[in-house]
Amino acid sequence: MPDASGPLLDQSMQTVLSVGIDALAYGMVLFVISIGLSVTMGLMRVVNLAHGAFAMIGGYIASYATQTLGFGYGVAILAAVVGTIIIAIPVERFLYRRIYGAPELTQVLMTIGITFCVIGIANYVFGPTLKTIPLPETLRGPVDLGFRSIAAHKLFAIACGVAVAGALWYLIERTSFGVKLRASVDNAAMAASLGVRTRIVYAVSFAVAVGLAAFGGIVGAELLPIEPYYALRYMVTFLVVVSVGGAGSIPGALLACLLLGAIDTTGRYLLPEYGEFFFYLAVIAIVCVFPRGLLGRRS
Amino acid sequence: MSPVFQVQNLNKAFGGLAVTQDVSITMNPGDRVALIGPNGAGKTTFVNLVTGHLDPDSGKVLLGGNDVTSLGPTPRVRQGLVRSFQVTRLFPDMTPEEHLALAVMQRTGRTGAIFGHYQAKADVMAEVAELLRTLGLDHIATRKVAEIAYGQQRLLEIALALALKPKVLLLDEPAAGVPQSDTPRIEAALAGLPSDLAVLMIEHDMDLVFRFARRVIVLAAGAIIFDGSPQDVTRDARVREAYLGSYANDRSAA
Amino acid sequence: MAAIETTSAAKPEAAARPNWLKRDLLGLAVILAVAAIGYFLFPNNLALLTRILGVALLVLSIDLVTGFCGVATLGHAALFGAGAYASGIAAVHFGITDPLLMVVVGAIGGAVAGIVSGAVILRGHGLAQLVLSIAVVHLFHEAANKASVYTGGSDGLSGISPDPIFGIFAFDLWGRTAYGFAVALVVIAFIVLRLITRSPFGMLCRGIKEDPIRIRAMGASVQGTLLKMYVISGAVAGTGGALNAISTQVVGLDSLSFTLSAEALVMLVLGGTGSLYGALIGTVSFMWFEDFVSAANPFHWLTIVGALLIAVVLFAPRGLYGTALTLADRFRGNGK
Repeated sequence: MPDASGPLLDQSMQTVLSVGIDALAYGMVLFVISIGLSVTMGLMRVVNLAHGAFAMIGGYIASYATQTLGFGYGVAILAAVVGTIIIAIPVERFLYRRIYGAPELTQVLMTIGITFCVIGIANYVFGPTLKTIPLPETLRGPVDLGFRSIAAHKLFAIACGVAVAGALWYLIERTSFGVKLRASVDNAAMAASLGVRTRIVYAVSFAVAVGLAAFGGIVGAELLPIEPYYALRYMVTFLVVVSVGGAGSIPGALLACLLLGAIDTTGRYLLPEYGEFFFYLAVIAIVCVFPRGLLGRRS
Repeated sequence: MSPVFQVQNLNKAFGGLAVTQDVSITMNPGDRVALIGPNGAGKTTFVNLVTGHLDPDSGKVLLGGNDVTSLGPTPRVRQGLVRSFQVTRLFPDMTPEEHLALAVMQRTGRTGAIFGHYQAKADVMAEVAELLRTLGLDHIATRKVAEIAYGQQRLLEIALALALKPKVLLLDEPAAGVPQSDTPRIEAALAGLPSDLAVLMIEHDMDLVFRFARRVIVLAAGAIIFDGSPQDVTRDARVREAYLGSYANDRSAA
Repeated sequence: MAAIETTSAAKPEAAARPNWLKRDLLGLAVILAVAAIGYFLFPNNLALLTRILGVALLVLSIDLVTGFCGVATLGHAALFGAGAYASGIAAVHFGITDPLLMVVVGAIGGAVAGIVSGAVILRGHGLAQLVLSIAVVHLFHEAANKASVYTGGSDGLSGISPDPIFGIFAFDLWGRTAYGFAVALVVIAFIVLRLITRSPFGMLCRGIKEDPIRIRAMGASVQGTLLKMYVISGAVAGTGGALNAISTQVVGLDSLSFTLSAEALVMLVLGGTGSLYGALIGTVSFMWFEDFVSAANPFHWLTIVGALLIAVVLFAPRGLYGTALTLADRFRGNGK
């Protein structure tokens, strides 16, 4: 439009678009990492503050695999997901199983303890510096979408989020494991008496949750950089996602991630001097109005 | 004598299912009423409506003539409507003496005090001692509740309700879970309840109902199907049908 | 056994009623003795000891809501920091430099923060409650960062120079006055809290922790009682914050951090929840140990704290003090 207001309008449109894309990418990364936490918290009712530590472990393994061992990006992702799950199995077996059904305070302390240990060990092994996971050629640089160009890794993160959401939807709604999982979330005792082996459901869910966390840690490494305090820095963010979305609800987690991603990103663009003030104000408002989360089930 | 407790045309439905239908009950001071009914008759819903844990769709609850329908559970307690719990709800780490002192101080508006100790309050200690003696709990007054027998916990549950000096007492299966050997103690405690107190007892054990109640109300499918003397209740055709029907169902389900 | 109670110490055994008085006087004597030993053993490290006492007030205040009322919170530093900033701002911007007045201002600031955060946190239960508490401390943190005109933002609030106490005892370079002041504050707080936890109100709080539904059925207001405890807790935490501001003469944003909240909770659990002694023991052992280990390597310190936490949860869920009590009971052979 050859209008006087054209360039101005165009510029504000551009701002809205780039905020929107950033918010979407950030929200999807949050979703990939925290969806596992939401499902396990809905299932096992464990307040797990160590979830971010597993995302961090995934990031470290991927960084090591690409930088030191020279593996490709795809191989590194696979190695990191498998490696993180292998590390998580004994942790679940010997530590988490002790706190299923325990008071929240106990769960908080145990999982903070695990987080501290992971941070200390990560720093000892990998040092305090930021670790990068070099992107493959195709994900570097911008992608031209016709009306504007967008960093390819952000598009990749969004695509991963959509893929994970779709895959989880299929797993939970369309497979027999999904049936068992939903039954166990609804009523573990009843599911067990109907012949569902809840221990196995728990273990598989935990493994899937940890694997997704690792995956999200790698995919989101450009937005949430990998360093030893990662596990502590984002611990609260992931917990907030679950609380806002409602523990155990996949649509809830998706909604919460998109909403919180939008609030956080918009706040950073428009009012950077307020830091995360509005983010936490929104969290308080949402949790006060929906104490069980946006799409949480009534108990 | 003016009624101390009135329930007027109470209705409640969950979804399309009516769980309380047009229930009306009037009680006077000194009444001993048993509310019975087969499983699923809506007794629990009724208790929750009366105590203010649920809001009715329509109808009223009056205490001593005051409409308390819009009040929550706590103010109803303060107005004299006190309940006991079917499964004891006590503080495992406190002693019977502490339980009763807390209740007495709560009733007399002294639990807000951040200084002082209950043992220094002579009137509280005297009242607690009296309650402990009445219910035969004085010998275990300073043991932790977690360490005393279940029958004694049930007695404490009754004592705790009495410490609040209620006008209307709702006893939810006071003898549930008590070993047979201890039921006479519970019955004695029930027989010794203040004579001006209106008591509504929800109970399954018909022996206890017949010994305690002078009036029986039968609830089935959310509605009152009988309200009369204990002698007549077993002869009532609808009561027989409601009970025997559900009994047969129970058997086939088990 | 989830139930962790100091009150067994306060509970009169059937025979001897004033037993608890003796025990408390003994406890007070032990606290004063430990304080004196600290003074003579570490004359060059009084600043650390004073900091420990400031944090001890924060841990005591968490104990009030977590240990005595059963409210789980990861945001209690909001109350501590509010007290620190209140007294610091009063000194720097309003010329209130009398240390006693600064403590009063800090306690009021903490109490107000207690009302605000209590009103928010008590709306939730379980996970929602934890998340609300975390959100509150972050909100306070960001607000203090933004209000840099008053708080100094990320540079911290400096230029606090308190007058001599009673116009006589000036704050010296070695921190002797500050240490004495800190010991006095902690002892006063301890006595007051001992009385409060044993009062009718304290009993009501214990009842809420054990069964809030029963408390409602007794005609008492659960929310109102908890909010009141939050105000008391805020005053205690605010006193600790004020003490920190007076003794270090600066207030930093870290006094409003999630990290401090979490660490203080860890200290409480390490010592034993539901016991004032446990809170003190937990603070002293944690912070002394931290100073000792983190001097060598801060990251080893994190690993050790993590391992320690896991060990406490698995092997000593009642904390150091609770476990010691159990062992002492077993040793004496009088379990009942």
